Amino acid sequence: MSIGSVSLDRAGRPDAVLNADALRADARRQALGLLALLSPGLFLVFAVIIVPIGWLFWLSLFDQTGQLSLANYARFFEQASYIRTFATTFKVAFAVTGASVLFGYPLAYMLSQLPRRAASICLIFVILPFWTSVLVRTYAWLVILQRRGLVNSWLIDLGVIGQPLPLANNFAGVVIGMTHIMLPFLVLPLYASMKTIDVDCLRAGMNLGASPAATFRQIFFPLSQPGLASGVVIVFVLCLGFFVTPALMGGGKVIMWAMRIEQATSLYSNWGAGAALGVVLLAVTLALLGLFQWLLGARATGVWSSR
Amino acid sequence: MLLSLAPSALPIGIHGIEKRFGAVSILSDLSLDVAAGEFLTLLGPSGSGKTTLLMILAGFVRANAGSVKVGGEEIITMPPHKRNIGMVFQNYALFPHMNVFHNVAFPLKQRRVSAADTRERVAKALDLVRLQGLGERRVDQLSGGQRQRVALARAIVFEPRIVLMDEPLSALDKGLREHMQIELRTLHRRLGMTTVYVTHDQREAITMSDRIAVMNAGRIEQIDQPEALYARPKTKFVAGFIGESNFIPVECRNGSVWYEDRKLRMNDPAPSAGRHLMVVRPETLRLVTDAEQAGALNMLPAIVGDVIYQGDSFICYATLQDGRQVTLRDYCRSDVLAKLPAPGEPITLGIDAQDIVLVADQ
Repeated sequence: MSIGSVSLDRAGRPDAVLNADALRADARRQALGLLALLSPGLFLVFAVIIVPIGWLFWLSLFDQTGQLSLANYARFFEQASYIRTFATTFKVAFAVTGASVLFGYPLAYMLSQLPRRAASICLIFVILPFWTSVLVRTYAWLVILQRRGLVNSWLIDLGVIGQPLPLANNFAGVVIGMTHIMLPFLVLPLYASMKTIDVDCLRAGMNLGASPAATFRQIFFPLSQPGLASGVVIVFVLCLGFFVTPALMGGGKVIMWAMRIEQATSLYSNWGAGAALGVVLLAVTLALLGLFQWLLGARATGVWSSR
Repeated sequence: MLLSLAPSALPIGIHGIEKRFGAVSILSDLSLDVAAGEFLTLLGPSGSGKTTLLMILAGFVRANAGSVKVGGEEIITMPPHKRNIGMVFQNYALFPHMNVFHNVAFPLKQRRVSAADTRERVAKALDLVRLQGLGERRVDQLSGGQRQRVALARAIVFEPRIVLMDEPLSALDKGLREHMQIELRTLHRRLGMTTVYVTHDQREAITMSDRIAVMNAGRIEQIDQPEALYARPKTKFVAGFIGESNFIPVECRNGSVWYEDRKLRMNDPAPSAGRHLMVVRPETLRLVTDAEQAGALNMLPAIVGDVIYQGDSFICYATLQDGRQVTLRDYCRSDVLAKLPAPGEPITLGIDAQDIVLVADQ
């Protein structure tokens, strides 16, 4: 049965099924073709995500003698230091996320209200540190914040304080350094979502009798929430696995999850313990993402879908 | 019970408004009076300053000079949220994070209206725009026409002194737009609020307005009732912007008006000596067949270029003696159709003396 000929096929069915087999075969060919085009991507996902995570999980199930056991996981409930690390990690993540929102929201708001040219110049100043090595920035903060650093010597010279403030090698130092590094991750998505807010919506708010402050509270802020939510999630999740800045700025007093993994693998060569820490961190992160999605997602999607 | 806005409708007095953006003048010495309860349309091409004027009325753009009075009270420096003016935006500007009810209730919430009162008034406003029962809908679940109605309900629910509309129907498709034009006009008649409406669509302006102010390059060219504006345009711009026009150059000398070597009869008194343009609407031109009714008509000989049949009407393009193209339109009545000329045929065009309008030739 060829294309273009109106006739009965072999089974003697009439024109209603004209070329049906050829069309079905064509659809199958197209589907296979698309799958072939997708295969490099699928292979990459398999090779760099599925396999390593599976391996990590596999490793975490063996103790130091090479025996299959849950000893690596039991340690989380037995050793107080593990629980302390867990608590510290979350404390730092919450503090840094909070500080990032505190500084990032007004910054993103200002950027979104500036004229286009001025905004792109200011954005460069947000992105420029982003391109600088985390290590360099952390050391710079160490220089600024240490006992005889820039901040303390200025404040003492000005007579504001008598004794140097403990700003580095402690919790405060970790939060300051990490907030600086995390700020662009919050500002960029927030700025993008603020830019999509229709100026006429704000004008409508004022036209209908809302003062500028009320317009901000009732219209601008709710409409900026999807961007804020994604920024908060990115910053929080990055904080949970952060290593360089807490390691340098904490002065050994602020032990975070990633530092614990480093200890387990390079200090004690206990790959099983390190792998178990990684698996738990991954599980906690995924659970948190799910929680965020559940808490903020419904509202966020409600706003986005109307665009 | 209806929302009754009529008692609170107030006149607007706009005087000497100047607006410049840098060196560019957008509005220059613009004055305009809108009567209480009037539906006035600002009509003009884009860049004529009509939207800027509306933004100055709403308080979103600050003028360089001038006065805006509402019922005698100066509001030119009053912040927008205190002006008590309802506005319908071109893109509706509905709040996407609120449902229909909360959108419409927004102005009442700002005015601290009690919950029970709010429910009642929102229900009435939604009823008025025929959206009853849709309060719980999300904004993105509404069609374009429904969004338009929500924006309208939101702009009138707080019984504002004045309602401004910035091309509110331009995003709707043609059928719905024409339907909403009638609906808006009916609503205005019912509620009687002073309305300033901005559009670039001359047909829409003619359909809806009590008066139309035609704007061009930051000035009002002419302000008149639609009928007067169409029949008696005062400038070439108005004649060209509203409806279709043939412009035929004429000359005025010794107190009468001449086209080439023909003296024209006209009802209006002849203007000052010199060159003018005669404005002739395609539907006021007539095909004169015999020597009939020559008495009252001015005759212009012409050659038919093309005749286009359009179902209900036909268009005839003809060339006058001086080589100028003119357009004639008439309805397809059987007697007219029977005598339709063929291309290339010489014809005589007739213009009634009372249909002749002259404008300055700029």
